Amino acid sequence: MAARLLWASRVASHLRISVAQRGFSSVVLKDLKYADSHEWVKIEGNKATFGITDHAQDHLGDVVYVELPDLGRSVTQGESFGAVESVKATSDINSPVSGKVVEVNEDLTESPGLVNSSPYEQGWIIKVELSDAGEAEKLMDSDKYSKFCEEEDAKH
Amino acid sequence: MSVNRVKDLGLPLMNLVKLRKTPILQQLLLEERLLRSSSENWCIINDGTNVPNIVMGMSGKACELVELEPVIRDRIPVIKRFTGGGTVIVDENTLFVSLICNRNDVPNVQPYPRSVMAWSGSLYSDVFNESSEFQLRENDYVFGDRKFGGNAQSITRNRWIHHTSFLWDYNEKNMSYLKLPSRVPQYRLERDHTDFVCRMKDYIERSVFIEKTINAVGTQFMLKEIDLDEIDDSCGEHIESTRLLTVDELKETLAKTNTSIAQAV
Repeated sequence: MAARLLWASRVASHLRISVAQRGFSSVVLKDLKYADSHEWVKIEGNKATFGITDHAQDHLGDVVYVELPDLGRSVTQGESFGAVESVKATSDINSPVSGKVVEVNEDLTESPGLVNSSPYEQGWIIKVELSDAGEAEKLMDSDKYSKFCEEEDAKH
Repeated sequence: MSVNRVKDLGLPLMNLVKLRKTPILQQLLLEERLLRSSSENWCIINDGTNVPNIVMGMSGKACELVELEPVIRDRIPVIKRFTGGGTVIVDENTLFVSLICNRNDVPNVQPYPRSVMAWSGSLYSDVFNESSEFQLRENDYVFGDRKFGGNAQSITRNRWIHHTSFLWDYNEKNMSYLKLPSRVPQYRLERDHTDFVCRMKDYIERSVFIEKTINAVGTQFMLKEIDLDEIDDSCGEHIESTRLLTVDELKETLAKTNTSIAQAV
């Protein structure tokens, strides 16, 4: 746990954002937006970077494969654009916002475990050119997402 | 509340489809379509498939998992399925049970692999309760330390499938079409196929297994049996990733593998 908080602090320092310290469980970074299907998005101008959250990677287990979309493909908010494989399961990755894929993280082909070890940094999955910047308003901020994760985990 | 929930009994509805010797490719395509395009719960039982087929998981690479030369020579179909997990060779002595669920109809199960796996292990404990040797071990169903059931899943936003291939019996010659995978469960240790797996027929009658499985599922769902031809096949576009690898693909993979070996020598 201490190691994870240290990792989160280093990430935050690098990204120049502050970390929401949670007493237990997964790391949530402020200044990102979150979907209820556990993807994060960082918006910079008309570009966005996505990945899956620390909560998601922790629950999925060791990721052994990431299915990446083709460049130029359109993605739609809430719909699947790829998948991760872990523990005999393929799990959809859903797009937090709509846009066109302009870059994919090729490192994940050789090193899918980056999704586990560095979900907000080296484990980013795709970058898109946004088609509707207003869609981000539908997403959760870090506080709402933290509560959402706690409520989900408490149900089980 | 899910529209599938039967108010009086409080159990969600599940369609039960019983197949026999249905080709595995047809079964997998049906399952992928139902997972992605249906909003109902499904239990599909296929009592054996028609001919031997090799089935790899989503990320499987034929060059790593399959003995390509004999597979091409003997024209064994090789399928890549939409779920994760490893490679199996299936035939008329493999039994298949697939459960496709809305996550809201199984609210005590989180839509993540380990949670779904634990739920399935508990369900099958009811089926094999007369065998104290049954357990879910890592991600396999075993008697003692010998595997007889392999599992795989696919999880979408609101639904998931957990499907299992059960080794009722197997042909050792067929096993020789498969390579030893690089990722193996820890409990396998260094055992080869014949020491690692066992035959379910040595533990339970075939019809008893099917009946007890239906009963076990029936404790959590209100089952409604329907025939294959009653399933609505008009559905919207959906992602279809299950496919049969072509012979040309297999030959090309073999040629590339041989070239790599030649260059490495």
